[in-house]
Amino acid sequence: MELTVGPNQFFWEAERWAALYDDLAAAPVDRVVLGELVCSKRLPFYQDRIPQAVETLAQAGKEVVLTSLALVTLKRERKLTTELAEAGALVEVNDLTALAYLPEGAPFTVGPLVNVYNETTLAWLAEKGATRVCLPPELPLSSIAVLAKAGADLGVAIEVWGHGRVPLAISGRCYHARMHGRTKDNCQFACEDDPDGLDVHTMDDQPFLAMNGVQTLSDSYACAAPHVAALEEAGVNALRLSPQSSGFAQICGLYRELVDGTRDARAITAEIQQVEPGHSLSDGFLSGARGVDWSGATLH
Amino acid sequence: MVMEIVCPAGTPAALRAAVKAGAHTVYCGFNDETNARNFPGLNFNREEMREGIAFAKSHGAKVLVAINTFPRAGGEEMWHRAVADAEACGAHAVILADLGLLAYTAKTHPGLRRHLSVQAAAANADMINFYGTEFGVKRVVLPRVLSVPEIAAINKETEVETEVFVFGGLCVMAEGRCSLSSYATGRSPNMNGVCSPASHVEYEDNGGVLDARLGGYTIHRVGKGESAPYPTLCKGCFSAGEKTGHLFEDPVSLNAEALLPELQKAGVTALKIEGRQRSRSYVAEVVRNFRAAVDALDAGRPLPTGMLARLSEGQATTTGAYKKTWR
Amino acid sequence: MPPSDAPIPRFPQPLALGLRVAPLLPMSLSLTVYARRIAQSHPGLFKRLGEYDSTPFVLDPTDLPIVIELQPNKGRPSVRVVRGAGQGEARIAGPLAALLGLVHGAYDGDALFFSRDLVIEGDTSAALALRNAVDDAELDLSEEIARLTGPFAAPIKQLMAIAERRTGVSLSRPEEVDLW
Repeated sequence: MELTVGPNQFFWEAERWAALYDDLAAAPVDRVVLGELVCSKRLPFYQDRIPQAVETLAQAGKEVVLTSLALVTLKRERKLTTELAEAGALVEVNDLTALAYLPEGAPFTVGPLVNVYNETTLAWLAEKGATRVCLPPELPLSSIAVLAKAGADLGVAIEVWGHGRVPLAISGRCYHARMHGRTKDNCQFACEDDPDGLDVHTMDDQPFLAMNGVQTLSDSYACAAPHVAALEEAGVNALRLSPQSSGFAQICGLYRELVDGTRDARAITAEIQQVEPGHSLSDGFLSGARGVDWSGATLH
Repeated sequence: MVMEIVCPAGTPAALRAAVKAGAHTVYCGFNDETNARNFPGLNFNREEMREGIAFAKSHGAKVLVAINTFPRAGGEEMWHRAVADAEACGAHAVILADLGLLAYTAKTHPGLRRHLSVQAAAANADMINFYGTEFGVKRVVLPRVLSVPEIAAINKETEVETEVFVFGGLCVMAEGRCSLSSYATGRSPNMNGVCSPASHVEYEDNGGVLDARLGGYTIHRVGKGESAPYPTLCKGCFSAGEKTGHLFEDPVSLNAEALLPELQKAGVTALKIEGRQRSRSYVAEVVRNFRAAVDALDAGRPLPTGMLARLSEGQATTTGAYKKTWR
Repeated sequence: MPPSDAPIPRFPQPLALGLRVAPLLPMSLSLTVYARRIAQSHPGLFKRLGEYDSTPFVLDPTDLPIVIELQPNKGRPSVRVVRGAGQGEARIAGPLAALLGLVHGAYDGDALFFSRDLVIEGDTSAALALRNAVDDAELDLSEEIARLTGPFAAPIKQLMAIAERRTGVSLSRPEEVDLW
């Protein structure tokens, strides 16, 4: 099984952003998706660092993919998406708008924010040129198994959400700005203070969600480690690891050991828990029940 | 042209009430996971659908069948049957969201008119035109993230008709792209046709203070005499940093009554009312108001206003994303 | 629909007090007959309950000293009138006028719920199923009562007549008007 690093979902300053990709050049991962997924207003702050990051990663032998935005509405965002499609790099479609701009027949990949729930949708995307699909995190293992099999027949690699806060929703409204009493157009980049999103608690002060500008994520960090054997058996080709502000290189290394079979799921899961002991882990829908459920604690 | 009133019906009785109250068009769904309001006690079996459509037709109204969840891998047959049955029942159109189901319907039921559900979240002209070209989509229900000027701009760039929500519940997230509900309860709009399902709701009254929990998470706490919104996740009360409150959206519902002239100028074809889960009395009341409003607009008379607040969630309304400051 | 600011009428206190001592068995038997009559004339009502067609409900008119336990029994319903909280998996509580108004489609359940005129406890899903099923059935309680005959008809007819006179609550379905 391969490892893909998904686009950084959060707003980091340019230095930190570039450092992530320098680190990843040395990390045991196969593929890196980068670019701005969540908010087009963030992009100008690190845009000029992207070519260097692409270059560094490519030289280290990684496959590099550029992501589209998750929600394209503004004229500026449409233009940005057109340019992305015409840039000639491999594009990960995270809003179907990007697909509308891609040259006919050009290969592309599909990210977890496109709704691929069934075989007919997968086949349609394959016909359009999709070579790899990272399935929506919401899918249970039973659906993943059906789609992995269909993917194998269609020649489409199937990837699933492997690690990190789960993207649960995207909106036209910026919650960070709203919380600070500002509008999205005058947000003053409030989300920059929260490199892993801002924790959102319930009325009983229970950790529940994380706020990230226009995006809402889970409080828990999905951890597919206990399910890697089942995913492998289902025919899944890759796991997606989502960048976090600390210990990410270590996380990548642990998953590498797991998919290579050098250490077992129990030991790896326990060690992942130790990387950031304050993070709560979840199955992220792989156990088929609530996304927040965690079966790792009972792993034998 | 009078803007078309597109009205919800969760039951055959609500369909009849809507038609009698003046709805030009009614939308409804089958009583299974194929539609995004798969609530207990709601929706239509095949016979009810056939009768409902016949009733509407005899009164000059149209019926749209919403098949707008995302078919389950390995179980797509249920959705394919829904499309075939909608056509056989005489539906004016089907409202679809899933790429695969759109492709299937365009291929196997080419004569059946296709509308794009809000669940597809087609939020710009390029994407809407893409759906038009690829699947012959004739109308798109716009996601509730756009301002009126943006809607006007979209209409200038597309031949596909646009339908916009004007009243009822308000999704604050891009529809069809939200897993908050399944994260907390395991049941989702996309897969099961439910959001924040009643089966996972608990209320606890502690001396007048009412707690509302969803999937065990307490997301509302209201004092005596305060109104009690249903614990829909995105409208819950939360704390983050120093702030406590409705961080995503207040428990308000959409009322764009006052914006009807602007929406008409923006080139909108149809006005959609949310609420297949609401009673027939609600449906009739809202339809009457909006029908009177579009007729007044068409005749150049002033609009009646302010009659619908009590029917609204939390008894407060918003114009939502139609005004840009909402963002 | 009533004007938006009209308060929901409450059952007159003296009559409610009378119910405190009234014998409940005849009322239970009468209401069971009544409910079965409705089940016969509206078979869709209990079918629409789906998986909740055997869920015990408690209907709690908060301005009366009694509650109604409704067992749908897959379309062969039985009704028990009891004093106290009553037993069931889902409870719908509110002034009698609100409960009757729901049945007749004079009120919207969600609106009553948001304003806390209506309170749901226990299995929320079952309560919603009942509400939706009843809304679809377009019941007219007066018409159903008029059709009642036999030994159990009298107590119900009396009770309803008093209720209608004293609370001003419509016990008949409002006329639907064809506006267009």
